[in-house]
Amino acid sequence: MYDSPLRKTEVDTNASKISARDVQVYYGDTHAIKDVNVEILDKTVTAFIGPSGCGKSTFLRTLNRMNDTIDICRVEGLIELDGEDIYDKRVDPVQLRAKVGMVFQKPNPFPKSIYDNVAYGPRIHGLAKNKAELDEIVEKALRRGAIWNEVKDRLDAPGTGLSGGQQQRLCIARAVATEPEVLLMDEPCSALDPIATSQVEELIDELRENYSVVIVTHSMQQAARVSQKTAFFHLGNLVEYGDTSQIFTNPVDPRTESYITGRIG
Amino acid sequence: MPVLWLILIVLALAVAGYVAGRTRAISGAGDDRRALHSLPSYYGWNVAMKVMVPAFLALILWLIAQPFMVNTKATSLLPETAIPEGSTIGLVMSDVRRVADGLDLAVEQGLLSAGEASELSVTGSDVRGTLGSAGVAVGTEITPEVLAAAQSYRATNATGNLLRAIVVIGLALLGGALALAQTKPDFRARNSVERGIRGILVGAASIAILTTIGIVLSLVFNTIEFFRIYPASEFFGSFTWAPSFGGGSELGIWPLLWGTLYISFIALLVSVPIGLFAAVYLSEYAGPKFRSVAKPALELLAGIPTIVYGLFALLTVGPLLLSVFGRDGLGWMQAGTAVMTAGLVMGIMLIPFVSSLSDDIINAVPQSLRDGSYGLGATKSETIKQVILPAALPGIVGAVLLAASRAIGETMIVVMGAGAAARLSLNPFDAMTTVTAKIVSQLTGDADFASPEALVAFALGMTLFVMTLGLNVFALYIVRKYREQYD
Repeated sequence: MYDSPLRKTEVDTNASKISARDVQVYYGDTHAIKDVNVEILDKTVTAFIGPSGCGKSTFLRTLNRMNDTIDICRVEGLIELDGEDIYDKRVDPVQLRAKVGMVFQKPNPFPKSIYDNVAYGPRIHGLAKNKAELDEIVEKALRRGAIWNEVKDRLDAPGTGLSGGQQQRLCIARAVATEPEVLLMDEPCSALDPIATSQVEELIDELRENYSVVIVTHSMQQAARVSQKTAFFHLGNLVEYGDTSQIFTNPVDPRTESYITGRIG
Repeated sequence: MPVLWLILIVLALAVAGYVAGRTRAISGAGDDRRALHSLPSYYGWNVAMKVMVPAFLALILWLIAQPFMVNTKATSLLPETAIPEGSTIGLVMSDVRRVADGLDLAVEQGLLSAGEASELSVTGSDVRGTLGSAGVAVGTEITPEVLAAAQSYRATNATGNLLRAIVVIGLALLGGALALAQTKPDFRARNSVERGIRGILVGAASIAILTTIGIVLSLVFNTIEFFRIYPASEFFGSFTWAPSFGGGSELGIWPLLWGTLYISFIALLVSVPIGLFAAVYLSEYAGPKFRSVAKPALELLAGIPTIVYGLFALLTVGPLLLSVFGRDGLGWMQAGTAVMTAGLVMGIMLIPFVSSLSDDIINAVPQSLRDGSYGLGATKSETIKQVILPAALPGIVGAVLLAASRAIGETMIVVMGAGAAARLSLNPFDAMTTVTAKIVSQLTGDADFASPEALVAFALGMTLFVMTLGLNVFALYIVRKYREQYD
């Protein structure tokens, strides 16, 4: 449908942003993630694909310790952000999440005005000296979220009153307002229509200039369109990880081939 | 025929109707239940429903209407002269009813035959003695008019009861017969039962609403009666509450209203922060194990009768406050009963209301909002303060206003903890009283029910009703205005 390669650029950096080694995740007695090793590059869009329940969202949530809010969840192994272990006792998960932002499957604007939604992160982290600077941050984030033109005249309107696609772009703007280094997106387009989806996809490509983006998606077309690197998960294992073009044209593992050709999933 | 028998007969008819309807439907379809429109039991229920509903409706209406009719008939038999000086028709009528009941009892115990009871006359026999030996004591000597009215009362009642039985059973049979005639394989019994169930549910809902209207009306008429004999300008304008049953009392509402609001305010001051913080802890911080113990334990507080809280106020909190603020301490407090005592204890009583409702409301805030906030690097308390509480605010305001309604309507704690003095004072360690406590004391005396001192209770009750109604309307307005749509 939208298969025309809008902006297919090659990976232009090899700097590793996040590196995961032998990561195991348990939910109670369930072994949800098994021996995952992956290097996520800076200024790159990395897509996680795989059938439902394969653990890709779980793995994504271990990258900013969102799983800490789930009591029965246990993570083992080493995950490093810029060479520092994020599960180290000295690391404050709250600080970590300011660096590793997250956008969720369903748009979840807070019951506040559009302005306050975007200003939420900068306010709690004290990023603005004064009101004028905060205004600037909010405008910049909304422009990056590609929603500024639609909402600039009604910044005081509640964020919950926007359409689904606008809400999701607002949530992306909210996430980039805190200037994260990595942006995790958990199926950000699954609740959106095709037009909103293409807007969000364009946005993801623009975000790549500044951030490392990790996106979980069920749509293989989407993975092929927006990402430079793709990781295929199956039953809690990372089956194959490589350049997107290679994964989709010339997969090494037979399971990957079966999945992208639609035989399993 | 006694009502219980009547009910049993209608129920038996309904069971018979169920069986008959079911059997008739199946046999009508030639023993092939697939040819029926509905399941066989629906045909049975259809018949049973049409036996019971009209019969019971008629029974209820009859039970309400018959006493009125019988009373009117017996009253019309009493001539003006039968009412002694200084008495009323109501008092004489209660004599008539007592005599009639006595005659019933006497017949039951075999002291009189049924014939004798209706033929009895004052001249021929000692009616009072006969009734006395049946266990019914009649105060004054029975006049011939009263006896005649009582006998007519009995006779009308007996006819009424007979007619009632005939009408109710007749309606049951008629309904059953009509429903059985309907019972053919293509009759839509399922839809008919569905309509019937809807009707029953509507009926239940209307009873609740009609009762409310009835309560309001009973208040309204007595309040109007009060304002006829006592000027409204003084009721709402005077700052003195000094009822004297000899007459000439001053019945200004302000001291009572002030006491009510002051005590409620202190109660809310205690219960809202504690309840809200407890709810936040239980829903956001506590582990599932602790929560499963603590929440029911907190709600246990709501199950304690208010009289027990009153004892707590009287025996524990009052003396405790007195030892600190009393003559031996700061010297602000004269006695254990004070606004502070009642307010504190009432606050404790309201904690579970606020916490339990707020807890439910906080839990209803979608997890996605929490995730969104944590995902931006917010801490737990930042998330609670800036996302969860604003999202839950309409519900929390509702919970607080509900607690306020409870506080305004509370009686027992006030009676035991706040004293009985109606006064306007700013000192929270003074004894004061509330509207509800005064309603109790105005109505539980020997006062003439037609005096302003007794009727003022209704005006006070009406004021309370209007206040709590206003609070509830305000709560609804807040909830509507700030309600967030989660989808």
